[in-house]
Amino acid sequence: MGRTLAEKVWDAHVVRSAPGEPDLLYIDLHLVHEVTSPQAFDGLRAAGRSVRRPDLTLATEDHNVPTIDIDKPIADPVSRAQVEALRRNAAEFGVPIHSLGSQDQGIVHVVGPQLGLTQPGMTIVCGDSHTSTHGAFGALAFGIGTSEVEHVLATQTLPLKPFRTMAITVNGVLPDGVTAKDLILTVIARIGTGGGQGYVLEYRGEAIRALSMEARMTICNMSIEAGARAGMIAPDETTFAYIEGRPKAPTGADWAQAVASWRTLVTDDDAEFDAEVVIDASELTPFVTWGTNPGQGVPLAGAVPGPEEFADPVEQEAARKALAYMGLAAGTPMREIAVDTVFLGSCTNGRIEDLRAAAEILRGRRVAEGVRMLVVPGSVRVRLAAMAEGLDRVFLEAGAEWREAGCSMCLGMNPDTLKPQERSASTSNRNFEGRQGPGGRTHLVSPQVAAATAVRGTLSSPADLAPVA
Amino acid sequence: MEQFTVHTGTAVPLRASNVDTDQIIPAKYLKRITRHGYEDALFAAWRSDPGFVLNDPARAGASILVAGPDFGTGSSREHAVWALQDHGFRVVISSRFADIFRGNSGKGGLLTALVAQEVVEQLWAATEADPALPVTVDLVARTVAFGDVAAPFEIDDYVRWRLLEGLDDIGITLQSAGLIADFEARRPTFAPRTA
Ligand code: SF4
Repeated sequence: MGRTLAEKVWDAHVVRSAPGEPDLLYIDLHLVHEVTSPQAFDGLRAAGRSVRRPDLTLATEDHNVPTIDIDKPIADPVSRAQVEALRRNAAEFGVPIHSLGSQDQGIVHVVGPQLGLTQPGMTIVCGDSHTSTHGAFGALAFGIGTSEVEHVLATQTLPLKPFRTMAITVNGVLPDGVTAKDLILTVIARIGTGGGQGYVLEYRGEAIRALSMEARMTICNMSIEAGARAGMIAPDETTFAYIEGRPKAPTGADWAQAVASWRTLVTDDDAEFDAEVVIDASELTPFVTWGTNPGQGVPLAGAVPGPEEFADPVEQEAARKALAYMGLAAGTPMREIAVDTVFLGSCTNGRIEDLRAAAEILRGRRVAEGVRMLVVPGSVRVRLAAMAEGLDRVFLEAGAEWREAGCSMCLGMNPDTLKPQERSASTSNRNFEGRQGPGGRTHLVSPQVAAATAVRGTLSSPADLAPVA
Repeated sequence: MEQFTVHTGTAVPLRASNVDTDQIIPAKYLKRITRHGYEDALFAAWRSDPGFVLNDPARAGASILVAGPDFGTGSSREHAVWALQDHGFRVVISSRFADIFRGNSGKGGLLTALVAQEVVEQLWAATEADPALPVTVDLVARTVAFGDVAAPFEIDDYVRWRLLEGLDDIGITLQSAGLIADFEARRPTFAPRTA
């Protein structure tokens, strides 16, 4: 019987396998950041162990770095201690690091692909659940906990049980104005935040093939919000074109050999998935969340649902709690929900295409009175590219704030947070209670919806905007 | 790692589903760089509510948490496990766990016992009626027992073995150092390096 993409990548990395035991899997790339690594390095030190392959390990500073005044010392002493611990650990254990101020600093999941380190067929891990982003290249990439970080540092392997596989087949063509973010929010609402549990999702079908690499990353990024371990997309010409010429991409004879090998990374026709979901892209519309988990979403054209609309009593109760937390009444049209803040950024939607899409909508328009819009590029290179295209001017002229690179308001660990009861439209990936600051209320949206919402002040799509005079 | 065989303690009924790791430990506590001392961080936002079950003096010293389905979803932060352990929990019982949380728990020595939702409901009712009710979690027999109920729970065989033996993963893997070196010799030359 044939094998799925995920199974092929898995099989190619098994170091040791024995009945009744997890497989020992080799890890090709280990990304490290300041939040989930200090205890792992501490563990190594305590046991007198070293990092087995510093040359397959890369550290960046992202989660709690500030996005203004980055030339000054980090003001928050705890954040500073964490960043300084990472720098000390990287130096002590010989791990390469891209620190604040470096051209290659940025969100770990933006930096890997941008350097060309993320390649098809690799196993990639990081102490961060959105490591699933890298699956867009046909890599098996997943988040791990701090004990596992320590394990990979010490051994470059992980003991793991094989994942189950689920195909998410998206047929047809996405209508104009419907983005990868709308697609993945729809998928999560359809299968639920636990629907992908234990699975690697493989996104396939005509609509997926038509997506750019950055859009594919948006989709794979949020696989974790459906509970999945990883998301993958088979590599194709779009993938190879994106990688070619990047600093860490293979060159010369290696390039030809690599591409030949990557072309084999497709699910065989006779392979069987453990589960399959089929979606018709042509039926999709802009999609936003109303609640406090990423599965609580509706079309932007819809209304806030009432708890009684859910059959499952557990979901009913969750809806009741979410409505209370979000300060929303059932039946309110989504388009009438007013926001205080718009956040454009994160490893979901902080890449250059996202900034371009939002800038195109903001060009010649203004952010509504009383609305604060933060634009935070996912990496320094994204920031520089945007500035080279003049996108920073577009954002500033529209009245938005143009920041330095980092995770920023995706999670409340740095100075960029919502105040209690403040409401945001956010291009990030999690609308959990307090995620963007204690008491903050988050609606997850696409970059296009974020920009249109900034202009109108209520959740909106570009189609709702008056033409630029 | 501490061995786990049979544990008897009192239980805290947490009537909530989808308890994500941001609720178990809010992000601001992740800035600490130590491995212990997170007891104050556990359910920090909810604990500001005096009516929250963990604030009930009758629950002091409880070591078993009984939660609704989809416990531990969201961020992969292992601090969620440390916070539960620092607070004194040795077992979490639920009818569905998020994968990463479950993996982290096994590694850290926190037992996650997967039971049918009706067992969760029974435990909720029983421990709400009597906070001092002893609950016994037997990893050898894979059962949860309380009052006159004894229910089976599910746990991965390998995780169970490690918990029973109190074994550390890295030590186990390093016994295969030779195989890892052999694998490295076979890796394709085009595979990227960070330095
Ligand atoms: S942008 Fe958000 S989701 Fe992505 S790595 Fe940073 S904190 Fe995590």
